[in-house]
Amino acid sequence: MNNFKVLLNGIVKENPTFVLLLGMCPTLGTTSSAINGMSMGLATTAVLIFSNIIISLIKNLIPDMVRIPSFIVVIASLVTILQMVMQAYLPDLYATLGLFIPLIVVNCIILGRAEAFAAKNGPVASAFDGIGMGLGFTLGLTLLGAARELLGTGRIFNITLFPEQYGALVFVLAPGAFIALGYLIAIVNRIRKA
Amino acid sequence: MKKLESTWYNMAIVLTLIAVVAGGALGYVNELTKGPIQEIKARQLADGIKKVLCADELDVQAPDTLDNGTVLYATDKGTAVQASDPNGFGGTLTVLVGFDADGVIKGYQILQTSETPGLGAKASDWFQEGGKGCIVGLNPSNANLTVRKDGGDVDAITASTITSRAFLRCVNAAYAAVNDKYADASTGATAKPKH
Repeated sequence: MNNFKVLLNGIVKENPTFVLLLGMCPTLGTTSSAINGMSMGLATTAVLIFSNIIISLIKNLIPDMVRIPSFIVVIASLVTILQMVMQAYLPDLYATLGLFIPLIVVNCIILGRAEAFAAKNGPVASAFDGIGMGLGFTLGLTLLGAARELLGTGRIFNITLFPEQYGALVFVLAPGAFIALGYLIAIVNRIRKA
Repeated sequence: MKKLESTWYNMAIVLTLIAVVAGGALGYVNELTKGPIQEIKARQLADGIKKVLCADELDVQAPDTLDNGTVLYATDKGTAVQASDPNGFGGTLTVLVGFDADGVIKGYQILQTSETPGLGAKASDWFQEGGKGCIVGLNPSNANLTVRKDGGDVDAITASTITSRAFLRCVNAAYAAVNDKYADASTGATAKPKH
């Protein structure tokens, strides 16, 4: 499989949100608006790329029976380092993304890709897998966030499309996340099969 | 290179090594970023105090922390108070409120919030000057800072009465803290009742 295929695989064929259904907790929790969904997606992408590279580099040093705890330590350390560095040197970005970073540790996409891809492939392919999966996740979250924001408040990325009083409040709240996600998965699957 | 066998010896060594390297990296980055993070936090707080007191230049004295967690920042242009309420809709709500020497609210800023986006999260604009539930310019000693539903003078955020109540509890707690602190001080100019 060449690198471009790996990249595309994460965005379309095995999109983590719409096809693999990985990382549902941040997907439902952080997509109350398009910008929130995109922020969470990008933060996850950053961690995913680094964790895939590091894990594919050290995969032969880790005995099979202790691979999961090793991966978790690597991922959690990486997330914490990213959080501290961002807080110190990119305070504006941290103000928007900061809330989501600790959530990334428990995101099973990262562990899932470490286990399913990085532990079996080289660092370059793993980096591409990280980028592809990350962008696929970002795309999914942005779409879901945009749908919820539009239906709930009449805005997309804070641009008003119709007055707020015509919005259905339920889409901003948790039940609306499930409903919107269900319909989005149905639509995406329909398009993929066509 | 061949993959390491899953023997007890290998597993113990590898796990220990990974933990030590990860711990070392975390410690190193923490040392590196501790200074800048503290600087940024201090600057954000200073900016917040300036904003809620509507002043560009301020002489901030040492903060005064009360037993209930309320923090007072006395300045030459009034007092900024950081107060929290644990019973917001989504958890703790922390607000920085600025009072001038008479106890009139000059401004506020939400420091920590987990309110619902699109609903309670509107609190950061709703109570500002020009907002529908404006509290800026009111004096808690002669205005009843509770929502209208509870018989007060403030319009609650639409569909977010719980957030509005928590927010106003913060403001009232902040005022009470200012009032207590300066009630018997000899300089006594701050926050005495007007009527």
